[in-house]
Amino acid sequence: MKYEAVIGLEVHAQLLTDSKLFCGCSTKFGAEPNTQVDPICLGLPGVLPVMNRKAVEYAVRMALATNCKVNSRSVFARKNYFYPDLPKGYQISQYTEPLAERGWLDIDLDGGRKRIGITRIHMEEDAGKLLHGEGPEDEAFSFVDLNRTGVPLIEIVSEPDMRASDEAQAYLKALRDILVYLEICSGNMEEGSFRCDANVSIRLAGSSKLGTKAELKNMNSFKFVKEAIDYEIARQIDLVESGGKVAQETRLFDSAKGITVSMRSKEEAHDYRYFPEPDLLPLIVEDEMVEEVRSTLPELPQAKRERFVTEYGIPAYDAGVLTSSKDLAAYYEEVVKETDEPKASSNWIMGELLRLLKEDNREVRECPVSPRGLAKVMGMVKAGEISGKIAKEVFEEMYRSGNTPEEIVKAKGLTQISGEAELAAIVDGIIAANPENVERYRSGKTALFGFFVGEAMKATRGKANPQVINKLLKEKLGG
Amino acid sequence: MDITSLDIRALSEKLGKKELSSTEATRAYLERIGKVEGRVSAFVTVTPEEALKAASEADSRIQKGEDVTPLTGVPIAVKDIFCTRGIRTTCSSRILENFVPPYDATVVRKLKDAGAVILGKNNMDEFAMGSSTENSAFKKTLNPWALDRVPGGSSGGSAAAVAASECAASVGTDTGGSIRQPASCCGVVGLKPTYGRVSRFGMIAFASSLDQAGPITKSVKDAAIMLNAIAGHDPLDSTSIDAPAPDYTASLMSGVKGLRVGIPKEYFIEGMDPEVEASVREALETLKALGAELVEISLPHTEYAVAVYYLVATAEASSNLARYDGVKYGLRVDETGSLLDMYKRTRDEGFGPEVKRRIMLGTYSLSAGYYDAYYKKASQVRTLIKDDFEKAFSYCDVIATPTAPTPAFRIGEKLEDPLTMYLSDIFTISCNLAGIPGISLPCGLTKDGLPVGLQILGRYLDEETVLRAAWSYEEATEWHKRRPNI
Repeated sequence: MKYEAVIGLEVHAQLLTDSKLFCGCSTKFGAEPNTQVDPICLGLPGVLPVMNRKAVEYAVRMALATNCKVNSRSVFARKNYFYPDLPKGYQISQYTEPLAERGWLDIDLDGGRKRIGITRIHMEEDAGKLLHGEGPEDEAFSFVDLNRTGVPLIEIVSEPDMRASDEAQAYLKALRDILVYLEICSGNMEEGSFRCDANVSIRLAGSSKLGTKAELKNMNSFKFVKEAIDYEIARQIDLVESGGKVAQETRLFDSAKGITVSMRSKEEAHDYRYFPEPDLLPLIVEDEMVEEVRSTLPELPQAKRERFVTEYGIPAYDAGVLTSSKDLAAYYEEVVKETDEPKASSNWIMGELLRLLKEDNREVRECPVSPRGLAKVMGMVKAGEISGKIAKEVFEEMYRSGNTPEEIVKAKGLTQISGEAELAAIVDGIIAANPENVERYRSGKTALFGFFVGEAMKATRGKANPQVINKLLKEKLGG
Repeated sequence: MDITSLDIRALSEKLGKKELSSTEATRAYLERIGKVEGRVSAFVTVTPEEALKAASEADSRIQKGEDVTPLTGVPIAVKDIFCTRGIRTTCSSRILENFVPPYDATVVRKLKDAGAVILGKNNMDEFAMGSSTENSAFKKTLNPWALDRVPGGSSGGSAAAVAASECAASVGTDTGGSIRQPASCCGVVGLKPTYGRVSRFGMIAFASSLDQAGPITKSVKDAAIMLNAIAGHDPLDSTSIDAPAPDYTASLMSGVKGLRVGIPKEYFIEGMDPEVEASVREALETLKALGAELVEISLPHTEYAVAVYYLVATAEASSNLARYDGVKYGLRVDETGSLLDMYKRTRDEGFGPEVKRRIMLGTYSLSAGYYDAYYKKASQVRTLIKDDFEKAFSYCDVIATPTAPTPAFRIGEKLEDPLTMYLSDIFTISCNLAGIPGISLPCGLTKDGLPVGLQILGRYLDEETVLRAAWSYEEATEWHKRRPNI
């Protein structure tokens, strides 16, 4: 490779507070346009912002989870620009003195672990949004929805430490996992609760000089982030190879065409005329608050993954799947606590449970089968009350009906038949009914053993204890 | 008896004794407005219906003896910079000509809670930018003492209304002297409290780090009564000071014996109007005679105050006025062109020349490449000015100066020369930059019969000493009793 890419990400995460950053309006997604607004977030004349302490606490949580230094004093600034979705004509953000700085995050790649630096985390309010020509008669008009205005965001700015799109994607996923684990962001990219801009440049491999970067916007899925970065790297290499120069500009990703297109050049770039926000005092975060937040931090995804491998002895792959959400990990741990069978529990959850949830598009916390319910089914298999195959049927029935496994097994007569006498009669019957196969088996065609097991299962509608059947067949068929 | 000649204290006493009802007082003021407003033009909006309704509520409060304060039933006016629920609030700008706020400014709410009767909204320089009230988009307010002269600005309407007895008191705002300078021009008392002592919520912002609401009254005691009603922490304003407000009327009478009055040598400058200087010097002698000790002090960075002010104030103003874009409320010009056309034409037609001038200055000083040289440097010098005061207050308890370098000037005299106009506030600006309290009170009349103001500045949050010094002087003199013949 002659060239290497240099990638830095700016991630915006919407904080899961009930109310906005500077007023009491609801932050709920999907309400009728302009129903969640008041004079403060509308920036009516004379009104003033008042800080939401919960948002500060959430931002501190993320700062600590990403190993940042939380500044005891940070300052809000005004970022000035004109746009119809920005009611005050400026956005309240943080600029030269952000809430937190100098953190890092480890990402796991195929080639091993890599540390990505985090330059800063700062707080800001969101702007509104424009709806362009929504009705048949309205094509010429744009409408302003200010429900989102003033919603609290944190912006997480990385160091330009990533070298390929898969690193950017892994970093982004790791960030989202942490935010969701911390319960401070929904992580929903489609709703815009988790958004990402990428700064991409290329340079000759081994060079330490940074090339001219393009800023990519409008990537609303992990897939698009990867596609946009890959396209942009290829575009820049082509450009340089053909003797051109990369321009510093903002580019939009067109997901339909899979390309990036120029949005505005550096010359047209905004002069935001930042200055300290005179309506808010500097934000003071006391040490006590930092320590209090630190003490309530949950175990983070990476640590949990590693613990699952060492504590439960399950494969790293399993641990990755099981810790993909905090709820799923908790579910797993509950099941293991009841069954003391880490690998079998993992198999059940990764297999049956996730399959059913995926079919219904449900979250783990909406799962109708409790961890205890699953453990009970597993226990019944272990005790020989039902077969593994029947257990899957029972589990699905539990999921659909919400009934207990005992009820289902009883109602459907699914109890495993383990009695030797009962099964011996059935085995005798099968031997008697298939003299030719018995003959062939005895003459060396041992592969037919499976046929007899199958017949026995068929005859008992799957309820026969396979071990007992095996034992009896071996005895009676001889050889 | 002429009801409108009374000050708050005297009127309140009569209301309390039920010698007079608030309804009668309110009618008297409305009549007075009807009589003199044609000459003075102190109001943008008069609200007789709302006033009479509030008066009748005040009367029933007084009847029942419930929640009665020294302001209950007292007819006052507020500058049109304060949002009033359901009442148009224009800031004397075309861009807000049709703006009716759905909320009251905290100051207005507190006055209403105290039972005051609001007669209407006073004219002002557009967005409080100016020193003569000639920059109003609607009308020029005239000085009741001399109708060919300005009332000062930007709270000129509020000061003129009190001087012409169109209200018992008013509330103005002071960003660089906009309460004290017109009070001086109109021969009334104007108090700018400590920055943050009174909530800014609902007060349309000019320069957020300097703006401060305060009373304009006929006497120092009235100023204390008004401040009692409006001071205090407001959870809706993060910059309002979270400290209990004392009773400002309580300590007025302690006198000035032993009080050290600082006289800054930088404030008695070459070119100052000799009649103003003479009146102020005489006032200082009066304070000395009352037992105060005069000490010469120095505020060495005074010469930079005007420059610093016009950088900080315009920078903040350029940002604060960005919201008037024609999108959500107020004026909108041109629905057909592009978005940028709509913005440009709305702002072009909506803002007057002084406002445009300041937006451009502020935008320039905040621009990339200039921030360090202008805004940042100004902020640094602002700190030095603040330090000057802190040092000075280790030698004295209050500082006395002229309020303005000249008496009220003629209408149009300085309108074409903004730089000279900016110097009208040369003595008042430092106080806003430092955030300390200051008062202007009448201390003389020129031979042309124009009022002269004495300014007393105090330590951060020490309105009590400022009021006490002012009250002692006022008690010893007759200037505050002089009224214009209108």
